[in-house]
Amino acid sequence: MVEVTDRPDTQVPPAEVPDVHPPHAHSWLSRWVFSQDAKYIAIQYSGTAIAIGLVALVLSWLMRLQLGFPDLVSFSPEAYYQFITMHGMIMVVYLLTAIFLGGFGNYLIPLMVGARDMVFPFVNMLSYWIYLLAVLVLVASFFVPGGPTGAGWTLYPPQAILSGTPGGRDAGIILMLLSLILFIIGFTMGGLNYAVTVLQGRTRGMTLMRMPLTIWGIFTATVMALLAFPALFVACVMLLFDRLLGTSFFMPTLVEMGQRLEYGGGSPIVFQHLFWFFGHPEVYIVALPAFGIVSDLISVHARKNIFGYRMMVWAIIGIGALSFVVWAHHMYVSGMHPYFGFFFATTTLIIAVPTAIKVYNWILTLWRGDIHLTLPMLFSIAFIVTFVNGGLTGLFLGNVVVDVPLSDTMFVVAHFHMVMGLAPLMVIFGAIYHWYPKITGRMLNHRMGLIHFWVTFVGAYAIFFPMHYIGLAGVPRRYSELGDTPYLTASVAGLNAFITIAALVVGAVQIMFLFNLLWSARHGQRAGGNPWRAASLEWQTPDTPPRHGNWSDELPVVYRWAYDYSVPGAPEDFIAQNDPWPARPVQP
Amino acid sequence: MVVVVALVSVVVGSVLFHLLSPWWWPPIASNWGYIDATLIITFWITGIVFATVVLFMAYCVWRFRHRPGRTAEFDPENRRLETGLTVVTALGVAAMLAPGLIVWKHFVTVPDDAATVEVFAQQWSWSFRMPGADGRLGTADLRLLDSGNPLGLNPYDRFAQDDVIVEAADLHLPVGRPVKMVLRSVDVLHDFYVPEFRAKMDLVPGMVTYFWFTPTRTGEFEILCAELCGIGHAVMRGYVQIQEEADFQAWLQGQQTFAQLRESSSAGP
Ligand code: HEM
Ligand SMILES: [Cu+2]
Ligand SMILES: [Cu+2]
Repeated sequence: MVEVTDRPDTQVPPAEVPDVHPPHAHSWLSRWVFSQDAKYIAIQYSGTAIAIGLVALVLSWLMRLQLGFPDLVSFSPEAYYQFITMHGMIMVVYLLTAIFLGGFGNYLIPLMVGARDMVFPFVNMLSYWIYLLAVLVLVASFFVPGGPTGAGWTLYPPQAILSGTPGGRDAGIILMLLSLILFIIGFTMGGLNYAVTVLQGRTRGMTLMRMPLTIWGIFTATVMALLAFPALFVACVMLLFDRLLGTSFFMPTLVEMGQRLEYGGGSPIVFQHLFWFFGHPEVYIVALPAFGIVSDLISVHARKNIFGYRMMVWAIIGIGALSFVVWAHHMYVSGMHPYFGFFFATTTLIIAVPTAIKVYNWILTLWRGDIHLTLPMLFSIAFIVTFVNGGLTGLFLGNVVVDVPLSDTMFVVAHFHMVMGLAPLMVIFGAIYHWYPKITGRMLNHRMGLIHFWVTFVGAYAIFFPMHYIGLAGVPRRYSELGDTPYLTASVAGLNAFITIAALVVGAVQIMFLFNLLWSARHGQRAGGNPWRAASLEWQTPDTPPRHGNWSDELPVVYRWAYDYSVPGAPEDFIAQNDPWPARPVQP
Repeated sequence: MVVVVALVSVVVGSVLFHLLSPWWWPPIASNWGYIDATLIITFWITGIVFATVVLFMAYCVWRFRHRPGRTAEFDPENRRLETGLTVVTALGVAAMLAPGLIVWKHFVTVPDDAATVEVFAQQWSWSFRMPGADGRLGTADLRLLDSGNPLGLNPYDRFAQDDVIVEAADLHLPVGRPVKMVLRSVDVLHDFYVPEFRAKMDLVPGMVTYFWFTPTRTGEFEILCAELCGIGHAVMRGYVQIQEEADFQAWLQGQQTFAQLRESSSAGP
């Protein structure tokens, strides 16, 4: 046996600090509204994220209707650009980032590291309420004169704050920027909490190299977010100043519709650097928690230890670090100095190596496993397919010269939907099927789950795989209409209609999934404390759902890593992390 | 074993789609066949990897599916296997990166004999400028821009006087001659993109960007703006006419120079 599953008894240090109990709720309000319990905050975060995510989903239908059936549905270009902007921003920031870190982070970190709660419960609560405020400000922008901004989710100046763009001279862009600023403030509060809890709140015996990969993924993503969001923060503040106070951080001398504006001397490219210094790590802020979670899902449902645990940890850290030096691969044709291309293409393709290692290790975990095709496992498999597909098209776009014809076409749209839209969503679905029994005590309905899985997997692939070829044919992204471009055969229209139908079906089945979430909370089959027979700590809580404070009077003591499945000679096919087998428990 | 069938179908379906797809790039009309070649190499490498990974996964799912009495193997690490896979991956990546960087070097190195043409964008139309007999573009400044001087040229610059100005009309270029496109925008970001040329580049207000290419066949090619520039983005189209040298010269003679343009506009009412 390798040392990662080190012998138990010697490895448990004595308690260094006394056990601290999190604050108790004294009233209805502090229990059910202003709760300081990370588990409850997690539900609040996830519920809000899903609610606003539904808006983004509906917007995607509207866009697809316009693209697929331009004769029947035709929104104004203003509306179309508002749809793509709000759809993109909501999906990336307000749904995926919030649900992975605010949702899964809050729920899982304390439970999986054996803590009673986050280390700063009050700040944690504050984080949620500021996030909610950010969402409300975002929603408000739909109702102001001029509507929300239509600048694209990248918000590139100068157009973001000029009159040729919807919301540019109205309130739309201002509310967008304010909302992002609020989001970042709220996230920072939560993020500090997650990081400190992982570093300081682990129970006895939970060494860093025994943490489940879920925690490694969420932790690394959190640290990255704490470093990356400040770049977006300053970019938003400066853009707001340009818009409101007439500064020219990003605004050169320019003439708009024959009218010379007051601006002068700023650089639009600087905004792009700031944006992507945040924006690229953001991709991994969403991806790393997904990597971590899917590792655990695969291991549990294949009844096998994750293959190459240490390599997996180092790959997460390596990807996290490298992703800070690749941002300008989004700017190959931005007009920045062309020699940057050499550097950024090289760093970008280097990231492919640790990423590929992760894929190999997931599949090698399946190798000689005992694969149970549960819903979490099915979604994990779907994740691998979509992630590999989207990751490989990243090699096109990262390889500077190949990006030149593809950049800003529908190929890019297809690529990033595969890799950061579908792949993380598959993990979110798998994770919800996996942890729902812990959160509610009941299983999600299996039949609805199967329908959800098949339609989502097959349908989503049918949406986004063919879309690459539309881009290859030369259709630019963010085109509200194709016009009658001669070289684009009429058949692009046919393919677009097909994609739209697939998108509507995939969208509809998500509504069924949400229904399942509500329905099963009451009518689902009772799950018991550990229905998947999993080894990590959250499944070993004395109650399900876990009570306030998570554990009984004694905190759990950890003797092993989270992946002791099918260990030869063990009485069962898993050994819980707090099970001292075969040695005797250490004395407290 | 529906999943296994599904995984195999995903691979087979994707490969068939790729091979049979009528949706493919339009025939090339520039010297950037290298880009197409690099793209094809990348398609091959990534396609093989995709098929291998997904089929191998399908095999695992089928072979190691749960059956009563089955137990998984306990197998935490395998140094040699992990190192081997890392090395193979690194080699595959290098095989794509190396040609990519070589072609990029080519892409960013403008040949000395390239003619210069200026592309000038505003919301939402394309204009162009070509040097006159002196072979040089005059200086320009947006602060000089008005209705009689649509591109903001410097009236005191002698190199500007004979510059040919093509305002919101088609660009004509001779076939077979390398051209350096210098790009200027008055208002917001735009992107000069002609799918048949494969090359594209953003136009950024406040700075001058460039790229180069050599047209390799005659014909009419559509310019699409490829950087979101406001509500007219999707209709910001234009045309490039690639012509034989003689036809091109004939067209060029019919165009107005900056000096002529100023004369006619100051003579007007
Ligand atoms: C079935 C689900 C989805 C469909 C049908 C869909 C559809 C679309 C469409 C039609 C566009 C506009 C393309 C264009 O004209 O440029 C778009 C843009 C975008 N989508 Fe999605 N989408 C879906 C899910 C997601 C998810 C899960 C994410 C999360 C990462 C996402 C992120 C984005 C982003 C960032 C943009 C770019 C917005 C921009 O160009 O400013 N989408 N999507
Ligand atoms: Cu990136
Ligand atoms: Cu445009």
